[in-house]
Amino acid sequence: MKKSIITVVGKDTVGIIAKVCTYLAEQDINILDISQTIVQDYFNMMMIVDMSGTKKPFQEVIGDLNAIGEQIGVVIKCQLEDIFNQMHRI
Amino acid sequence: MINIFEVAETNKMIEKENLDVRTITLGISLLDCIDGDLSRTNERVYEKITALAERLVSTGEYIEAEFGIPIVNKRISVTPVSLIGGASCKSPDDFVTLAKTLDRAGRAVGVNFIGGYSALVSKGMTKADEALIRSIPQALAETEIVCSSVNLASTKTGMNMDAVRLMGEVIKETAEHTKDRDSLGCAKLVVFCNAPDDNPFMAGAFHGVTEADAVINVGVSGPGVVKTALTKVRGESFEVLCETIKKTAFKVTRVGQLVAKEASRLLEVPFGIVDLSLAPTPAVGDSVADILREIGLEHAGAPGTTAALALLNDQVKKGGVMASSYVGGLSGAFIPVSEDQGMIDAVTAGALTLEKLEAMTCVCSVGLDMIAIPGDTKATTISGIIADEMAIGMINQKTTAVRLIPVVGKNVGEKVEFGGLLGYAPVMPVNPFSCDAFMERGGRIPAPIHSFKN
Repeated sequence: MKKSIITVVGKDTVGIIAKVCTYLAEQDINILDISQTIVQDYFNMMMIVDMSGTKKPFQEVIGDLNAIGEQIGVVIKCQLEDIFNQMHRI
Repeated sequence: MINIFEVAETNKMIEKENLDVRTITLGISLLDCIDGDLSRTNERVYEKITALAERLVSTGEYIEAEFGIPIVNKRISVTPVSLIGGASCKSPDDFVTLAKTLDRAGRAVGVNFIGGYSALVSKGMTKADEALIRSIPQALAETEIVCSSVNLASTKTGMNMDAVRLMGEVIKETAEHTKDRDSLGCAKLVVFCNAPDDNPFMAGAFHGVTEADAVINVGVSGPGVVKTALTKVRGESFEVLCETIKKTAFKVTRVGQLVAKEASRLLEVPFGIVDLSLAPTPAVGDSVADILREIGLEHAGAPGTTAALALLNDQVKKGGVMASSYVGGLSGAFIPVSEDQGMIDAVTAGALTLEKLEAMTCVCSVGLDMIAIPGDTKATTISGIIADEMAIGMINQKTTAVRLIPVVGKNVGEKVEFGGLLGYAPVMPVNPFSCDAFMERGGRIPAPIHSFKN
């Protein structure tokens, strides 16, 4: 199972988590963990997800999430977890 | 498990501090393309490169998306072409056909640069080596993405002063051939002492004869990340400063290692090395000179610069070595002038001279890099500057290099635009006194003694 990290950064507004989660459910992407915080007035959310159930190629999921981000005025990124593990764990 | 602050830190480095992977370079051996017939050699070279590198650019883009990290360049390095053309090229013109084939193959697969139009002549030149060297001005003028390098000296063999003298003339001629583009050809030509076989950075990348058939080498970047980390430890002791650089270099290099392994897996080409480098770009905030300023200098070039750079270079290596399973290439901080906004500012302010840059090259990666000098600088003077730099590398058992651009028609203080990653540079003054008689001697400088170090 390859885990991915979805981050959402932007101005807080109603329904951000709902929109992202709905999309993930539609694509059979399983959410393993969610955390969120407010940094310098900005909404920061991080999800750890398991994408092994989805049939969509990784790059298309990234594209879809970017589009959803644009709709609600936040930046959504989706990256493989490896980059963070490599950088922050020995 | 990874937490939200660690994720935010990584993404801030990428988005705000210019963290990127500078290059994935695919090294390709062309030794099996050698043929006595020139057109057959050209065909084989084209076929081998386009077959092996077919998926390089798309794979690079895929990895960029997977990890959300920019990979600025995708490049190819090949076996030094003087070896490949030795059997079939009878003249410099014959070699130019190989340069054009490299250019065509590189463009067909969509890479940014292709390096390896090179000759290794640290002890002597074969006829093929000399023909290739003499073909460089025309080859670089008539191709777009081909890069050329010549290894003129090494700690084990000494310095080939005949080749040093010849390269002074070749650099002048290359400038003349591309005078309508601010002598841009010279930006794609570098001379080395102790050239490494696995360097992923241009203009000096070539695929050494000690290498496998194909190999993936990755060069990392990240001056902006180091600079930002250092702003948080202003006024602290050297101990804190060094620890901060080490930790940051570790993180930056881990990204390079990850990308290299992934590229190797996807392309089914063995992973070679990660080059631990601080490679600046002309973008604001992506400058090695800015790190030196953050360490405590008013400008790069001020007294203390050599010490600060030595410290920086050493800590980058100490942090980076642990982050990667194989380290190689040039590995160190680069100090190109035109590619680093802070260096350009230092030259413009009068803080940084050619002589100080030479001193700086004693303690950091590579050498006199991307320095514009007046177009009327004599060939022997350029050879003299090269000889000085080669001597530093030879005696100190390190790689040194020279990439000077004698800009035709421009004088001290005028600006030269190279564009893109190559940036722009103010033309710097050169010591006006002559070394003609020194360069006229001919022959070699013997290899240095390896004991009695002082």
